[in-house]
Amino acid sequence: MAIHRRKFLGATAGAVAATMAGCMGNDGENGDGNGGGDGDGDGAGAEIVGETLTLTTTTSTYDTGLLDEVNAAFEDRYGVAVDAVAQGTGAALETARSGDSDVVMVHARSLEDEFLEEGYGVNRRDLMFNDFVVVGPEDDPAGIDGMESATEAFQTIADTGSTFVSRGDNSGTHTKELAIWEAAGTEPGGNWYREIGAGMGDTLNQASESGAYTLADRGTFISMQDDVDLGIRVQGPIEGGPELLANPYGVIAVNPAVHSNAKYDLAMSYIGFLTSPEGQDIIENFTVDDKQLFFPEALSEDPNFQQYVPEGWSSDGSE
Amino acid sequence: MCDGVAFSEVAMIGPALSSQPFVELLSLLSGIVSEPLLVEFPFERNYVTSIIRVSLYVSLAAVAASTLFSLPVAMLVGFTDFPGKRVVVAVINTGMGFPSVVVGLVVLFAVSNQGPLGSLELVFTKEAMIMSQFVLATPVITGVSLAAVTSVEEGVQDAAYAMGGTRLDVALVTIKEARYGIVTAVLAGLGRAISEIGSVLIVGGNIVRADGTSITRTLTTAIRVEARQGRYETAFVLGAILVALVLLINGIVLHLGGTGRGR
Repeated sequence: MAIHRRKFLGATAGAVAATMAGCMGNDGENGDGNGGGDGDGDGAGAEIVGETLTLTTTTSTYDTGLLDEVNAAFEDRYGVAVDAVAQGTGAALETARSGDSDVVMVHARSLEDEFLEEGYGVNRRDLMFNDFVVVGPEDDPAGIDGMESATEAFQTIADTGSTFVSRGDNSGTHTKELAIWEAAGTEPGGNWYREIGAGMGDTLNQASESGAYTLADRGTFISMQDDVDLGIRVQGPIEGGPELLANPYGVIAVNPAVHSNAKYDLAMSYIGFLTSPEGQDIIENFTVDDKQLFFPEALSEDPNFQQYVPEGWSSDGSE
Repeated sequence: MCDGVAFSEVAMIGPALSSQPFVELLSLLSGIVSEPLLVEFPFERNYVTSIIRVSLYVSLAAVAASTLFSLPVAMLVGFTDFPGKRVVVAVINTGMGFPSVVVGLVVLFAVSNQGPLGSLELVFTKEAMIMSQFVLATPVITGVSLAAVTSVEEGVQDAAYAMGGTRLDVALVTIKEARYGIVTAVLAGLGRAISEIGSVLIVGGNIVRADGTSITRTLTTAIRVEARQGRYETAFVLGAILVALVLLINGIVLHLGGTGRGR
């Protein structure tokens, strides 16, 4: 019996050793949690080396693989690690509101504007755009294939009672979907309308499984189209569809005056990198199945003041 | 073929555990598990290995801390009589079924920058995940240990007293008598911790660096991401790894604890 107990203690000690080894291993490789600006300075000398920038963003930038591309390039250039939390626009902004992230990359202008107006965000930049597409099953029960108008398509889906899967998660895509229903003058509801409270990938999977329509960002749809039995029924503006389906992404730093722990300088470096010719190049050249998913729009010789302020804001109006 | 290798691992782990940290074992393990399936695997091995490491680190640390906390509590509650004892026991038993998402939400609010622990900057870290899994595992380990401790016959304790034992001696004798139940308690706690997804997803943020190194992504949250992206094969492989790990840990603990002979 005594032997057994010793063995058991041995196992416990082993587990503790493993725990500590895991702990040390982590400190060694990501170097976060030290809080200070000392970094580990692998001879690079710069103070920010080894610090961590927390980005909250949407599932579309992560699920398409774009985020890994740009973040890897940023990490190479600045020696700073990026912790990207993919949440959906509403949640990403909410996390930033409580001061738990340093920078946000999102795609719902109305929600971004609220964020700016409440003082949580500063230095917004237009980053890139793609577009939304209405996707549905091949047999197209509502008969919307090739329609030129998103509102007409939504109206028809509602009239025929064809199953529609909604993100239902306060994301950028969900916000856009609700805006289209409103523009169509239809209150969605009833058995045919399913709010599933999930990310874009889950929503496409579920729409595919149940032969339903949904609104998807083109990027995520292209990256997943081999796995789902869905096709584009109404094109977005990139392929000549209605402007209503445009999907612009913005990037905003968290206001360091509201949250003093926000790593504002790193956030601005990140924004600077993404909106630089180099960062925009990476976005331009990012392809899935040889298709470009995102179109950079940060570089422009002509001034574009509206990207810095809530839409329609002017200094006259506010004074 | 996978099974055969994994099984012999169990047998040789005993001596290996005390000497070498088992990070090596982990890479070995992930190699064994992923190699035959590597054909379909879209990731570098680093991705899978680091996810397994995060899963094990978080769950083992949480269960270790929880065990250190739970056993004294179980002994205390089991050995003493005090007013409201039944309420305490009821609370512990209720805690066993506490929904993990609620725990995640509460821990998130605690560690968020706005919360009471905000200044520690724990949100989206492994430490926050350990906290939430500690909260989840503790009622399970306390509850099951308590049942084991209270079921030890009083005669055993009386005998220990009669032989001139101190309270500590009596406690040790009781633990020894209840050891199978306590091992079961720890395993149940570990099972609860490593297989839950609700709280680690909320407080950990499911972060993977651009080079594929997991920071706060565990096996469970990784399975969710893969399923979301429609990569069901990868999700199944990760699921198989998770089940294999739980089996392996159970095997190790049962083997070392000697409970196998008790049957």
